[in-house]
Amino acid sequence: MLEVDNLKFYYSRENEIIKNISFSLNEHDVLCLLGPNGTGKTTLLRCLLALNKPKSGNIYVDGTDITKTGTRKMAKYLAYVPQASSMAFPYDAEEIVLMGRIAHLGLGAGPTQKDREICREAMETLGISHLRSKLFNKMSGGERQMVLVARAMAQQARIMVMDEPTANLDYCNQVKILQVISRLSEQGYSILMTTHFPDHAFLACSRVMLMRDGFIIACGTPDKVVTSDSLSDLYQTHVCVTEATLYPNNTRAKVCIPIIRKKNKCKGGQLHARKITKTAV
Amino acid sequence: MKTNIKLQADKLWNINLKSENGFLLKVLILCILLVTLFFLSFKVGRYDISAKTIIDIFASHVFPVQQYWDDTLGIVVQQARFPRIMLAILIGGALSVSGASYQTLFKNPMVSPDILGVSAGAGFGAALAMINGANWVGIQSSAFIFGLLAVVIAFTIAQIFGGRSFTVLILGGIVVGSFFQALLSIIKTLADTENELPAITFWLMGSLSRGDNDDVMVMLPALIISLALLFLFRHHINALSAGEDVAQTLGVNVTLVKIIIVSSSTLMTVASVAICGIIGWIGLVIPHFARMLVGASYSKIILVSFLMGGFFLLCIDNIIRGVQGVDLPLGVLTALIGTPVFALLLTRMKRGWN
Repeated sequence: MLEVDNLKFYYSRENEIIKNISFSLNEHDVLCLLGPNGTGKTTLLRCLLALNKPKSGNIYVDGTDITKTGTRKMAKYLAYVPQASSMAFPYDAEEIVLMGRIAHLGLGAGPTQKDREICREAMETLGISHLRSKLFNKMSGGERQMVLVARAMAQQARIMVMDEPTANLDYCNQVKILQVISRLSEQGYSILMTTHFPDHAFLACSRVMLMRDGFIIACGTPDKVVTSDSLSDLYQTHVCVTEATLYPNNTRAKVCIPIIRKKNKCKGGQLHARKITKTAV
Repeated sequence: MKTNIKLQADKLWNINLKSENGFLLKVLILCILLVTLFFLSFKVGRYDISAKTIIDIFASHVFPVQQYWDDTLGIVVQQARFPRIMLAILIGGALSVSGASYQTLFKNPMVSPDILGVSAGAGFGAALAMINGANWVGIQSSAFIFGLLAVVIAFTIAQIFGGRSFTVLILGGIVVGSFFQALLSIIKTLADTENELPAITFWLMGSLSRGDNDDVMVMLPALIISLALLFLFRHHINALSAGEDVAQTLGVNVTLVKIIIVSSSTLMTVASVAICGIIGWIGLVIPHFARMLVGASYSKIILVSFLMGGFFLLCIDNIIRGVQGVDLPLGVLTALIGTPVFALLLTRMKRGWN
């Protein structure tokens, strides 16, 4: 659905931020973009959202070159879920979600009954109908993030771009958002998200992309791409990827553990960290 | 039965507070209030004219009514009171809507219509014309031109140095504003203290006492064009309050909408300032009144702040016309009366900012 071809971007010619990036995003995909701070993840997202104009290369959605598409049409292809921040004025949740319908409104026309219906449905799917008339600025971070996802759903674009959807959320809300992301991909949405938690790649994503210094250094399924070696290399810090068994069904899950004490240091992919074998569900 | 009644009551309460019907109801009430005040305002003034006479004076244009009133009364009603009442409503509404638009554009509740230097520019223009002995039309034109010039300079600075940044636009406005303030100060020192300086000072405090039907004819088209443009793009402007980047991903052409807001608000503000001098406060505070009443959505604010602004300025101007002997400055009275009203409402209403 989304095809990025030899994308290049820089603010000044000497300092290229995105260097020849190519990748694609298919239907039902949840693609997770991992990489250290300042590596160009946000810049890449901004290019996809047409907020930055690529210096060379192309971005296609369903075969249409989006660098040559108007903002209104773009909004029907790609929806953006920004990090939740507060609003300058007292908007309630429904008013925020209704903003998602702008690209579908005729010039000068207001939202119709159908537009409101779509917004209500989006909120219902996410289980936040009760927040409808609650003020956005009085919500918790988790609630805000949900409202922003609802807005993206109301936009009815098939691709969702999420900038660190789990940032600044407590444990419970991180899990909730990951569950929502999985559900959305089942419904046919393609999702591109950035995160600073490699664990989330195993929990909710179908593919992972590792980005460093403007390059994609690896791309593939989480099992293949997220390894002790690759993560240690990516973040320049020692990380162990190991398996945990969840009782009583003996399901296995991969987890990433950063090495903080030197005695647990793992080298060359050989894991010296103690394996966690008993994790209660 | 009891629960049924309670349910009904809840429904009614909800309608009043939240739904679209509730919004329409509030707009309707505001319209009725404004229209009532409009008619009552004809009674205010030095000449005591009965309601019947006033109605007959206007009716005589359409129906054959035998003239039984003094010619002076006809002139007072049609050429003094009518334009002044109209201008109070139009200018109050115009300043409020510009304020609301700028606040939404800049995502900042502290912004007022003169943020881009309109008032300072217009003030300088008017003062410049006054010390050169220009007539009333000359003063108005000069205020209009320099008001526009100030915004154009601010906008150009922002386009050259700031690109899409709104901060640079605001900074540009403030810088240009203080530049024209400085020029105005120079003119004040040059002006003769007998006539020119008092005239300049009085103009800067705002007054509707010199408004006539020609002013209405200038104000009306400027207002209609601006309001129509803003109304057409109301949902796009609304989205700007989520940030310009987010607005663009929602499908808003940010550059176009920014130009529409700046040009419409500037046109309305500069026309207002040219006619009645500088009236602060309204453009800053009335949008907040409107938000307390109907929430933050710009598509609602644009209508409600126009009605409230018109109503408020007409009230203030009626007080000025009612108090005989002294011509109180409009800008001063708005702030004097408006501030306690605003403080009172803030304590009453819970719909806050954070």
